[in-house]
Amino acid sequence: MIVKEFRELVRDRRTVAMLIAMPLLLLVIFGYAANFYVSSVRAAVVGPQASQAAALLPSYFDVTVTQRSGDEAYAETLLRDSKVDVAFVTGRTPVLALVNGSNLFAAQSTVAALNKAGREVTTQVLFNPRLKTSWVMIPAIIGLILTFIGTIITSIGLVREREAGTLEQLAVMPIRPSQVILGKIAPYFLVAALDMVIVTVLGIALFGVPFNGNPFAFALGAGMFLFVVLGIGVFISTVSQTAGQAIQTAFFFLLPQILLSGMIFPLAAMAAGVRWIGYLLPLTYFTMISQGIMLRGAAITALWLPFVVLAGMAVVVFTGATLRFRRDLAPGNPARPPREQPTETEAVSTA
Amino acid sequence: MSYSVRSATVRFGSTLALDDVTVEVPVGSVVAVVGGDGAGKTTLLRALAGEVRLESGTVEGPPRQRLGYLPASSGSWAALTVTQNIDFVAGIYGLVGDELIARRAELLDRAGLTPAAGRPAAQLSGGMRRKLGFVMAIVHRPSLLILDEPSTGVDPVSRIDLWRLVSEAAASGAAVLMSTTYLDEAERAAYLVVLDSGRVLVQGSYDQVRAGFPGVVTQTSEPVREEWAWRRGRLRHEYWPGADPPTGATLAEPDLQDIVIALSLARRHMVPS
Repeated sequence: MIVKEFRELVRDRRTVAMLIAMPLLLLVIFGYAANFYVSSVRAAVVGPQASQAAALLPSYFDVTVTQRSGDEAYAETLLRDSKVDVAFVTGRTPVLALVNGSNLFAAQSTVAALNKAGREVTTQVLFNPRLKTSWVMIPAIIGLILTFIGTIITSIGLVREREAGTLEQLAVMPIRPSQVILGKIAPYFLVAALDMVIVTVLGIALFGVPFNGNPFAFALGAGMFLFVVLGIGVFISTVSQTAGQAIQTAFFFLLPQILLSGMIFPLAAMAAGVRWIGYLLPLTYFTMISQGIMLRGAAITALWLPFVVLAGMAVVVFTGATLRFRRDLAPGNPARPPREQPTETEAVSTA
Repeated sequence: MSYSVRSATVRFGSTLALDDVTVEVPVGSVVAVVGGDGAGKTTLLRALAGEVRLESGTVEGPPRQRLGYLPASSGSWAALTVTQNIDFVAGIYGLVGDELIARRAELLDRAGLTPAAGRPAAQLSGGMRRKLGFVMAIVHRPSLLILDEPSTGVDPVSRIDLWRLVSEAAASGAAVLMSTTYLDEAERAAYLVVLDSGRVLVQGSYDQVRAGFPGVVTQTSEPVREEWAWRRGRLRHEYWPGADPPTGATLAEPDLQDIVIALSLARRHMVPS
């Protein structure tokens, strides 16, 4: 029995990968990425004494903007556009420190650092004044839900068609592969979009999460993100023969999104060797968009980078995945042997 | 008129799935493809359906609008009801409205599925589900009907029903190519194709296959050469390709099962694996 189990295990490469790769992945992630402490924050110093004040700031504050002519409104714009995590407005006593509350862990450590300065600095947290975790998490969870539907549910739906053999039937019918793909994906797109609306409305109603930005910009970002995750779901379906395999594979995609997208652990606090993985994940960019629009009321122009990255990912991933899926449907596919594979085994019993 | 696969060779990686196979399916006839597991039956059917790219050879089939196909799997969507399954497929072939309603009712009646019309396919018995798959394959009156083991795993009564449906389809003018593992069923077909390891061992009508069978088959309780013998009921049958059995051996009248096994054994001994 034990030998049999090992033999089965060796043949099940996905399970072996889960048994070996997953512990290693978790070790690396929790070792290098699981860090809530932000060692440095991006800072701006504006106002008449900007240069002098910048020189006096401890190294914890990485001053990236120094603007003598800048005022409080300019400082707010820098924070809204997520150019910096904290902005000091000089030319007044005490100095005003505006903190970006949408970047929760950076804001928490910044507030703690500023509190040590005593009365010399007045701290004001913007976009999330009470530094509530739910305000930061819900915009990210919207993305996580879309990821869940897009990858797991979509891939299972497509693989079920393959498992039942009905994909084979569709392939011989007078229906174009693009129609099959559209017909399979459109319902998941609509359900995911509906889920997104429900979660967003519930997040606002139950947790008081603000929605300060443009809903159309938010919808655009969510739509592009949906194309990426649906593409991943379609891709998973093309490399899976069963629903179990699809779930296993989707898990490989989901876990890094949860842990490395900055949703739980701040990207700024991760070791550089792990952080780059986070920048490859679509949820990282959706979170930037959803937090930016919902909490900070950021405009598309301020969020151009995540929008462009998501658009690029949507085109590449969705197109690549649907082309792979289309190959499975295409007539005369040489790479797809039937379940009954020709072998040299005995076809008849001579016993 | 007929549909055909000519000199078809299909390879999956290093495996030769079909080796220079030529099969013709005349309109109004049932051609049964038999052979053991891995003989190439499904590949041959998929080749005629245009679902397999040939390394060499040609396929003459109808346009997709005129093709009906029942895969080896259930051939229906489990969560949809019987009616919804039929309507979905009919819709793809452009069958709608009153014409669809009339055709659906006719087929459900002929297949004995009318009482189950509102049941999800997942809740049907194996036989009923195969009949549903068959109904879906012929709903648009195809001129070529390809059936991959339509009766495998189906109870004897449902097999009779299925065979009646197949015969009716052929009688109404369809060319039918079906694979089967039931040799008694295959004997009823107009033409037989016996495959082994991707090659045609023999083909023709049952009478032609029997008439052209080389050698003799004997029946005994103790075969002379184990490697040429197989069990049939309480006795063993033994194949003598050179028609040179021992003196006094009891000759058996070979049926299709004997012929398929004997020819497969002959090929194995000729081409050692």
